[in-house]
Amino acid sequence: MAGQTGTRKHVFSKKIDAFFKDLADAWNFVKRFFQEVFVPPYEFKEVIHQCYRIGVESLPLISLTGFIVGIVFTNQSRPSLSEFGATSWLPSLIAIAIVRAMGPLVTALIAAGKVGSGIGAEIGSMKVTEQIDAMEVSATNPYKFLVVTRVLATTLMIPVLVMYTDFVALMGAFINVNANELVSMSTFFAQVFSSVTFLDIFSSIIKSLFFGFTIGMVGCYKGYTSSKGTEGVGRAANAAVVVSMFLIFIEELLSLQIINLFRIK
Amino acid sequence: MDNREKVVVVRDLYKAFGELEVLKGVDLDLYREENLVVLGRSGTGKSVLIKIMVGLLRQDSGSMEVLGKEISRLGVRQLNEMRLKIGFSFQNSALYDSMTVRENMEFPLVRNIKNLTKKEISLRIEELLDAVGLPQTINQMPSELSGGQKKRIGVARTLVLNPEIMLYDEPTAGLDPITCVDINNLINEVRERYKTSSIVITHDLSCAKQTGDRMAVLLEGQFGALGTFEEVFPHAEDQRIKSFYDYNFINL
Repeated sequence: MAGQTGTRKHVFSKKIDAFFKDLADAWNFVKRFFQEVFVPPYEFKEVIHQCYRIGVESLPLISLTGFIVGIVFTNQSRPSLSEFGATSWLPSLIAIAIVRAMGPLVTALIAAGKVGSGIGAEIGSMKVTEQIDAMEVSATNPYKFLVVTRVLATTLMIPVLVMYTDFVALMGAFINVNANELVSMSTFFAQVFSSVTFLDIFSSIIKSLFFGFTIGMVGCYKGYTSSKGTEGVGRAANAAVVVSMFLIFIEELLSLQIINLFRIK
Repeated sequence: MDNREKVVVVRDLYKAFGELEVLKGVDLDLYREENLVVLGRSGTGKSVLIKIMVGLLRQDSGSMEVLGKEISRLGVRQLNEMRLKIGFSFQNSALYDSMTVRENMEFPLVRNIKNLTKKEISLRIEELLDAVGLPQTINQMPSELSGGQKKRIGVARTLVLNPEIMLYDEPTAGLDPITCVDINNLINEVRERYKTSSIVITHDLSCAKQTGDRMAVLLEGQFGALGTFEEVFPHAEDQRIKSFYDYNFINL
């Protein structure tokens, strides 16, 4: 009995050790990004290539999702507002919800699934097939070529995708409002712009930068530290999505608290 | 007393992974334009030895001198300069999946040799693809190549920077016997044509016999035998070396 308790304690302590080791490794990985990003050589060509892959190739999925979110959210909000005879507030309500929270969140979650898992799997597969070692022995810094470029690309492209999602979702919302309330496009968007403040747009872009950084960094970290062959690649891709989504929600919560401080003032 | 120039000098090299001691005081010399074959069973640390040579791993103690410089004392820039003089052909070729054969070969070239014109780059790539007998694959993706073709392209990619030393990690692993002979011939041709000194890591005695000037057999972290094929194998007294030979040739 005492032996069993001892073994359990030992296993538990090993897990705690592994957790803190992983945390320290992740910290060093992030620290290395800031050490390498400002030092030449700069991989501009690869950054642009990654921006294209992350940005342009995500457009169809983001467009469809954003459009559906706009329509569904408008449809679901209408009954509540109509109870108070306030359906004319729909454009304002939808605009605020989309710009402040839904646009950034939906885009980041879609990107975590599509881009984050892709990065995790790609780098993980390069790791287990020794392509990263091959890069290193040919005197190329693989961290700079693979990690810095991808993290920069996600950090730059997610805010752009968020603005695009906001637009597409608002278009979806407009179509729904137009069909039901016969509101013209100019009236709809006039109401949208009168209810959205500079702080809403600014905070949305800033938090999207953090979302993008998180998606890129987690995907790269999980891929770069993957092991155990193809099974490890699958795990890296899966962990990249799960961890990024978890961190995105935490960041959303934190950003809400910080932005509210500015609103109260 | 051997007066030939030594390009790699390994002395009393130790390397462990946790509690697993892999290399336990390894001594080794590689002479200029020599093909040295390092043999041993899987997990004996053969690949670890050459990974220390290019700075992918660091030894726990002992010295690893390559072209007169101690690898563990080199800074990042010096290590990268040294890496340009060493070609490393990986066990599974390690071609970049997302690039064509041309882009795979351009990658080390354009990053390390500045001021090359597009024509010069193309000429260099075409010359090397001719040398490995695969000029037609230039625009193909690695996924479209056979195992043997990948190995050849992998070798061509390492040669693009004119290395002085070639390291081959299991060059014939997973290939059919005929392709193995082709790869062995390629290793010999590379030495003849580009005047390289090579270390070939393998557990394939046919490959060893065909390519090696000397054999070094790694047994439990140390070299158990060192010499020509005839000196080391047919009449080996050490049971472990004898069984290695028997399983490769006699048991067939």
